[in-house]
Amino acid sequence: MPQIVKDTLENSPMILFLAALVIAPFVIPNQYIVQIMVFIGIYVILAQSLNLLNGYIGLIAIGHAGFYGIGAYTSAKLTVDAGLPFELAFLCAGLVAGAFGWALGRPTLRLEGIYLALATLGFNLIVWLVLLNWNSFTGGPLGIKGIPRPTILGWEVDTRTEYYFFILAVVVTVVFTMARLVNSRFGRALVAIREDQLAAAAMGVDVTRYKVQAFVISAFYAGIAGACYAHFVRYISPDSFTMLESFILLAILALGGSGNMIGPIVGAAILIAIPELFRAVAEYRMLLYGLVLIIIMQVRPQGLFGGHHYNLHLRLFDRGPRRTYRGDAFLPSEAEQ
Amino acid sequence: MLQLNDVHTWYGSVHALRGVSLTVGEGEIVSLLGGNACGKSTTMKTILGWVKPRSGEVIFGGQRITGKRPPQIVDAGIAPVLERRRMFPQLTVRENLMMGAWRRRDTAGIAKDIDKMAEIFPVTASRAGQAAGTLSGGEQQMVAMARALMARPKLLIMDEPSMGLSPKFVRTIFDLIIELNRREGLSILVVEQNANMALSIASRGYVLQTGEVVIADTADALLNNPQMQKAYLGIA
Repeated sequence: MPQIVKDTLENSPMILFLAALVIAPFVIPNQYIVQIMVFIGIYVILAQSLNLLNGYIGLIAIGHAGFYGIGAYTSAKLTVDAGLPFELAFLCAGLVAGAFGWALGRPTLRLEGIYLALATLGFNLIVWLVLLNWNSFTGGPLGIKGIPRPTILGWEVDTRTEYYFFILAVVVTVVFTMARLVNSRFGRALVAIREDQLAAAAMGVDVTRYKVQAFVISAFYAGIAGACYAHFVRYISPDSFTMLESFILLAILALGGSGNMIGPIVGAAILIAIPELFRAVAEYRMLLYGLVLIIIMQVRPQGLFGGHHYNLHLRLFDRGPRRTYRGDAFLPSEAEQ
Repeated sequence: MLQLNDVHTWYGSVHALRGVSLTVGEGEIVSLLGGNACGKSTTMKTILGWVKPRSGEVIFGGQRITGKRPPQIVDAGIAPVLERRRMFPQLTVRENLMMGAWRRRDTAGIAKDIDKMAEIFPVTASRAGQAAGTLSGGEQQMVAMARALMARPKLLIMDEPSMGLSPKFVRTIFDLIIELNRREGLSILVVEQNANMALSIASRGYVLQTGEVVIADTADALLNNPQMQKAYLGIA
């Protein structure tokens, strides 16, 4: 069998799933559902971004909404005030967030476990406070209004359905590039550092360099997600980038599982859809949200798709041999001496 | 081959190494002995570039490696077998070996060395696809040694190879160390608390106490040194 046929067959579930996503808005022409799917898409990008840190390199970052917010405000400011074309602003959102990732990562990545977690949490808090109080630049609590709809190389993304396709394209790109990344030598370094940082250093893996790089790349993707959000809702305020948002991302990884490509997607789909599905019993939906997490932690602490394969031979959408490890990428590995 | 000249290492305000000097010759097995907190691990970390000495120098193969970064020291040809083996627990045994060759780019040579490891340490072949964390302590020690050798080092530093192993396995490990030394002409620095065992295979030994070398002698002399017998060898 020619290799291309083999590859296609091997990835057929993924291709079918993608095809279903493409025809979905035509089969279900419900604008409300399309909107939820756009949000799921944005959270898939965010979850993949955080997964690189929490799942692959084993760094506990709990302030990811900070980068998300920086991306959203960068893109909004550049299009509204500076009149930059969307494509450029979109890219800048990622680059600026990545630059902040570097600035935060350089000094803090020597910290381990809970200390790093607190530093990232502090970062999130600072970003939120600056957005809230720097009235002349960020608009303070009023935020930024009238963010333009995106125009991509002449294509005006007008309707929700069109935006859905735009997000789908971004998500596919993000997942594909991320899968390539974690399957590369770079990805192997991340996994080795997660498994045992000291041993990785002893093999000659440049631990600090990989940590900073992973942090910057992760921040870049979170910034992209911010731009996707800003141009969809077209009005942003600091309240969308609080610590609650960071915790939702952690919950997505806890539910879906981390350290592979599928977990974050499943987690985002479930956790973003649940509150909407139970809108009828609105007062109780956060309760349900919490209940789902408690049950998952009890019956499957590694998450729905966590712990599937922790080996290095990751394929696209990893279907490596099953492992029954209860290892949890969420917790710091054995304490450093 | 390896030479430490009057190395002083500090942790903040703690003076951990107070002028350590030692040498390991080409193809020699040397043991570094001492109790807890005497500076054995700090000496190793200083050689590997994990901590920078405040003064003194580390010379390896005629080249000054003081203050170089850990990856460069691996490139220079020093590989450690870490205390408590330090497997990548969820990676397979084979993947652990591959990680050992991280700084190498010669794919064919790496594949050849994996076969070679299978010969010296059969467990790396029989358990190749198994997660390293599921192996017994003794098996892990074998994998840890094979992993370090995958870097093709000129000097192997073994940190507490006997820790947590049954006496029978300790014997096996030390026999393997001797064999490696003979077959490959590998220089080996054994950092140990188990002085008896370490001196039985080494040609020379250093005894560290509170960051200083207090005795440096041949292994035979150390085994017969009354001070040593009392303090480290358990002979009253």
